[in-house]
Amino acid sequence: MAGAAGPGTGPVAAGGDGDDSLYPIAVLIDELRNEDVQLRLNSIKKLSTIALALGVERTRTELLPFLTDTIYDEDEVLLALAEQLGNFTGLVGGPDFAHCLLPPLESLATVEETVVRDKAVESLRQISQEHTPIALEAHFVPLVKRLASGDWFTSRTSACGLFSVCYPRASNAVKAEIRQHFRSLCSDDTPMVRRAAASKLGEFAKVLELDSVKSEIVPLFTNLASDEQDSVRLLAVEACVSIAQLLSQEDLEALVMPTLRQAAEDKSWRVRYMVADKFSELQKAVGPKITLNDLIPAFQNLLKDCEAEVRAAAAHKVKELCENLPPEGRETIIMNQILPFIKELVSDTNQHVKSALASVIMGLSTILGKENTIEHLLPLFLAQLKDECPEVRLNIISNLDCVNEVIGIRQLSQSLLPAIVELAEDAKWRVRLAIIEYMPLLAGQLGVQFFDEKLNSLCMAWLVDHVYAIREAATNNLMKLVKKFGTEWAQNTIVPKVLVMASDPNYLHRMTTLFCINALSEACGQEITTKQMLPIVLKMAGDQVANVRFNVAKSLQKIGPILDTDALQEEVKPILQKLGQDEDVDVKYFAQEALSVLALA
Amino acid sequence: MKRGSHPGCRPALGCCQGPRRDQLQLLHSPRGSVVRWRGQSCDSQQDALLAGIGVLTQDTLWCFSQVKGTIEIGATEADIISTVEFNHTGELLATGDKGGRVVIFQREQESKNQVHRRGEYNVYSTFQSHEPEFDYLKSLEIEEKINKIRWLPQQNAAYFLLSTNDKTVKLWKVSERDKRPEGYNLKDEEGRLRDPATITTLRVPVLRPMDLMVEATPRRVFANAHTYHINSISVNSDYETYMSADDLRINLWNFEITNQSFNIVDIKPANMEELTEVITAAEFHPHHCNSFVYSSSKGTIRLCDMRASALCDRHSKFFEEPEDPSNRSFFSEIISSISDVKFSHSGRYIMTRDYLTVKVWDLNMENRPIETYQVHDYLRSKLCSLYENDCIFDKFECVWNGSDSVIMTGSYNNFFRMFDRNTKRDVTLEASRENSKPRAILKPRKVCVGGKRRKDEISVDSLDFSKKILHTAWHPSENIIAVAATNNLYIFQDKVN
Repeated sequence: MAGAAGPGTGPVAAGGDGDDSLYPIAVLIDELRNEDVQLRLNSIKKLSTIALALGVERTRTELLPFLTDTIYDEDEVLLALAEQLGNFTGLVGGPDFAHCLLPPLESLATVEETVVRDKAVESLRQISQEHTPIALEAHFVPLVKRLASGDWFTSRTSACGLFSVCYPRASNAVKAEIRQHFRSLCSDDTPMVRRAAASKLGEFAKVLELDSVKSEIVPLFTNLASDEQDSVRLLAVEACVSIAQLLSQEDLEALVMPTLRQAAEDKSWRVRYMVADKFSELQKAVGPKITLNDLIPAFQNLLKDCEAEVRAAAAHKVKELCENLPPEGRETIIMNQILPFIKELVSDTNQHVKSALASVIMGLSTILGKENTIEHLLPLFLAQLKDECPEVRLNIISNLDCVNEVIGIRQLSQSLLPAIVELAEDAKWRVRLAIIEYMPLLAGQLGVQFFDEKLNSLCMAWLVDHVYAIREAATNNLMKLVKKFGTEWAQNTIVPKVLVMASDPNYLHRMTTLFCINALSEACGQEITTKQMLPIVLKMAGDQVANVRFNVAKSLQKIGPILDTDALQEEVKPILQKLGQDEDVDVKYFAQEALSVLALA
Repeated sequence: MKRGSHPGCRPALGCCQGPRRDQLQLLHSPRGSVVRWRGQSCDSQQDALLAGIGVLTQDTLWCFSQVKGTIEIGATEADIISTVEFNHTGELLATGDKGGRVVIFQREQESKNQVHRRGEYNVYSTFQSHEPEFDYLKSLEIEEKINKIRWLPQQNAAYFLLSTNDKTVKLWKVSERDKRPEGYNLKDEEGRLRDPATITTLRVPVLRPMDLMVEATPRRVFANAHTYHINSISVNSDYETYMSADDLRINLWNFEITNQSFNIVDIKPANMEELTEVITAAEFHPHHCNSFVYSSSKGTIRLCDMRASALCDRHSKFFEEPEDPSNRSFFSEIISSISDVKFSHSGRYIMTRDYLTVKVWDLNMENRPIETYQVHDYLRSKLCSLYENDCIFDKFECVWNGSDSVIMTGSYNNFFRMFDRNTKRDVTLEASRENSKPRAILKPRKVCVGGKRRKDEISVDSLDFSKKILHTAWHPSENIIAVAATNNLYIFQDKVN
């Protein structure tokens, strides 16, 4: 029992009397192998408690060997185990014993489930920092080599993520070996390993000496970028970002740019997509000069690529690209070299491309200023507002704030209105739902007067939509509008219209009144709620449809806290009591619930 | 499901295979897949037999090795084998059946003193892969029948395979366990609870060796992406994606992602009344991760390049043989429908099977096949009755041997055919219980067409069309074949002295 006395466990009782503090730990240990995954998971998550109770010695000699062999378990248990072990150094006796954690993590680094392997690698990286330089070379580096030369590719992929953490602290001889291992993984037979190596290339380059970057990393990068598998080549684009940051402009031009140019024109659309997707990062990494000479022409090509996915990815980057151009000469470059291509995209054949562009194009107005926006961008916005694809129109509408700052929304409102109305009446309810979500934003931009004149009727029409999700969203929308325009506006414009629906022949519409009251009462405050809403709710308690009646009970429960005690006692209570005697069980149930929640019972 | 694709950069479940394993084994075994030529020494008993077989034999002598499955006649429908597949090393052999079960056989270690028993296959693991289901929205039953099995290249000590029925693809892990934890705190070894008051020390469980246990666990279920029946699955050489093809569409999946797949081919016409063609089979190129082929009911094959575009509705190559107008008949279109398409191991050729022939196409020549082999041309006069008993719609598969030099495919009456591409010799063999004595050499069979029937010949009219060999498999590097005959699996090997 020598090691069992950690903090939290008392002195060990001798003889037949069990130690009470041991019992919970004993349960946890037994549940490490319970049939029920949840219990096993629970035990693994409390592994530190178990280790604390066992003490450092028994944790090292008994618990860790057991855990090393438990890699048969469910992924979620293994994931939790891999995570726990990353923070275990203290529990095995501190940095001097950190290497004891390597065997279980090594076996976790070879399982087939990527998330588990990645977590094991993450924990190994964490633990590597706790090794002394001597322990690192004695234990950690051999582990990396073992993984790197493992029979199965799972272990070799895991090795790729460990080079960069042990390299900086290794001696020169070991450094050479590490580089050698990394090199061989970059030309591994299996694409999985080459992909893992390619994705860690940039990270590894950062910890290498500049000479080695030039003499070793660049050739590896060039090779990976011309791999026969496009799934490998596309990862080299990412590495390009990191490597470019390390090199001088001349080296960059000579060593990296030929490969990057080649990637931007790769035969495989997936590689070109990657260039488009990483464009902003690349732009920052190579600096303004190369951007102007090389990247802008490449970007123009991507914007008119034959594959729609590539054009869409490039269109997404238009705004960022323009923002990141050097302020000097930016306007000219955009106007002469980017805008002509954007104009083409507005009438692209593919709707994903158009909607990608629509999601960023408004951002250009702040960069180009008022006059250019009115002269060049406005026609594009207007064209997109009339696009046949609802997503394009929605993307424009959702970004109106950018334009509002520059030219004011009035310029657009003439075209905006028909677009909004059309979306509001779209046959697809998801489109209607999307435009409702933007209503509060639009109301803020357009102002109360415009709203009352043009949009209010739309908002009320949604309340009687035949799709419940729309009615529900419309109710929430009203609440947000009231928060924006204030209670006085609500009292004059919204509330009367809502209350009229209480006597609608359709019971669904009558229920909408109740839902609106639920949503609006808080924003409207006590006076409006008591004077205008409550009487209507109470009147509806006599509705012939039970659904309406039990929603009355629910509404009363909801607005009860806003009302004063007089109203509660004199008006609400009798009605709820009456509903409590209703013939319908649901009505009874909700009435009684309301009575007890409001403490009226 | 999304139309269009994304460059997946996540690592996937695919797998590793060091230096190509078939090449390795060729190096290590002097036999390898080199065919044995007639005239080499045989034992005396078989010399006589050989003389009798004469020129009809192919150069490899095939002998019986094993038969799996029940002997009783009238096996249940569920026992009918619906797919056979060796893994990449030939170490394992998987079969799927109409009952939704997958049976995996493992090759026994070769022992030196029992040369003749080299590599017998014994049951390694059996599991229920698919269950019958009911699609309530369409009021359709979904059969549990396993349509295809594909092995993943091995990635760690466990084995992985994909199995599919008409609608759902599943990824299975088959792994071994030989250790078991022992020792509880709160109960003793017999499971009796201990009095908590007697616990004075904590016990950590210890792992002890136990009898080997093989477990099959479902790792991923790829469902809800196919409206029509899945006919093919194929693993990509990038090891992170695979495709599944149904009658009208081909979807691309990442092994890690089950809730999304990309539709890469869609031949569904806007108006289903204009439907003239369906996809019958599809396969990825063995080395080029960007190419795949799919075959159609019109007897054509399309090669698509995924680099060119996210949607592969437009092919980059189109393989079609001009129809011979003299052979045109009511059945022309039915019998030209391709039932299977397979890339050669080298990736240079594609083989297609239609009702009466096997064809080999060179990827570089689209206008006609380079080789055409008649599988059972004697059926040409019987097409009418084969149409009436629906046999004309049977989907025969075809396989390559390890070195792409021999082709095997099935026929009726439990016959299967082999064609040697170099010598142009062909042979008909029979999978039957009758000559299933260990190491018995398979006698070539001959179907006679005209009136005079010679001894040992079978007349076309006496062929049993209910005994069909649709599914066969060839070991990736050795002359070992697996032949599914209804509910029995036959394993044959080449004759070794």
